[in-house]
Amino acid sequence: MPMPPSSDDELVSRLQAGDQAAYAQLVEENAGKIYRLALRMMGNETDAEDVLQETFLSAFRSIDRFEARSSLSTWLYRIASNAALMRLRRKEPEQVSVDEPLERDDGEMIPRQFFDFCCLPEDDLLREEARVEMMRAVEELPATLRTVFVLRDIEGLSTEETAEALDLSISAVKSRLMRARLKLRERLSAYFSQGPFISETG
Amino acid sequence: MSASHQPHEHDQDACRRYLGSLSEYVDGTLSAELCQELEAHMATCENCRIVVNTFTKTISLYRQIPAPEMPSSVKERLYQVLHLEAYIPTRPDAPDQPGQ
Repeated sequence: MPMPPSSDDELVSRLQAGDQAAYAQLVEENAGKIYRLALRMMGNETDAEDVLQETFLSAFRSIDRFEARSSLSTWLYRIASNAALMRLRRKEPEQVSVDEPLERDDGEMIPRQFFDFCCLPEDDLLREEARVEMMRAVEELPATLRTVFVLRDIEGLSTEETAEALDLSISAVKSRLMRARLKLRERLSAYFSQGPFISETG
Repeated sequence: MSASHQPHEHDQDACRRYLGSLSEYVDGTLSAELCQELEAHMATCENCRIVVNTFTKTISLYRQIPAPEMPSSVKERLYQVLHLEAYIPTRPDAPDQPGQ
C-alpha cells in the first residue's frame, strides 16, 4: 500500500523547525500549480517565473507565522495571488483597482451573443487556435475577476478555498465568478460564431 | 436559426432574474425549486436556453484544456534561488534551455 501523503501538520512542524527537506517537499508539491496560476495571471513566462520565486521566498520568510487556518496549498495560492496582483497593479494601475466595485447593473451582465456553439465538434472547439483564443480571453479579464476564475474553474478550488485564498467573502467570489464566466461566454460565442468550422459545401 | 422561436409570455426581467442564478445552476447549488423554474423557463425561451447551454459549455471547455507544464529550467532556477539545489529532483527529460 502506498504511504499516504504526509499531513500538513507534520510538514508545517518540520518547516517551522527549519528542515531543508521539508522546504524542498513544499516546493516539489506546489511549484507546478503556483506556476500555472502565475502564468494565467501574468500572461507571460518571465513575469510568471518572478511571481513563482517571490511566492516561495515570501512563504519561507513567513512560515513561522503560518497558523493552519487554511491548508498550506491555499496559503501559497494566497501569497501568489497577492504577488501577481501587486505586480499587475504596478504595470497597469488603472486596470487593477483595490476596491473592485460590486456588481453594477450597467448592462455588463446582459448576454448579447446567442450563437449556440455547443453542438460544434469537440475537435473544433478544442483545436490549438481555439485554445489560444480561450487563454487570451482569460488574460484579458480584469485581474480581480481573472484570479477568481483561474482558481475556481481552471485550478478547481472550491468556492470556500477560493474565498480563503483571495481573502474575499463567499458572495464576492460567487459574484466575480459569475461575471468572469459571462464575459468568457460572450467572447467564446463571438469567436466560435465566426469560425470556419463547417466544411460541407452543400 | 430561430424560425421556430415560439412567442411566449415573459419579459426581459424574467430572463435577467434567471441569469442571476446561472452560476449556481451550473455548480449544482441552486435549490430544486429554482432549478425547475429555470428549466421550465428555458423550455419556452430559446435565448435563455442558448445562454445556459453555452455558459455550461464554456466552463467545461476550460476544464478540458491541458495544464501547461512548468519548464524544467524554471524549476531549476527556483531551487537555486531558494538555496535548495541539493534537492532538485533528477529527471531524464529535456536538458536546460538557454533563456529565450
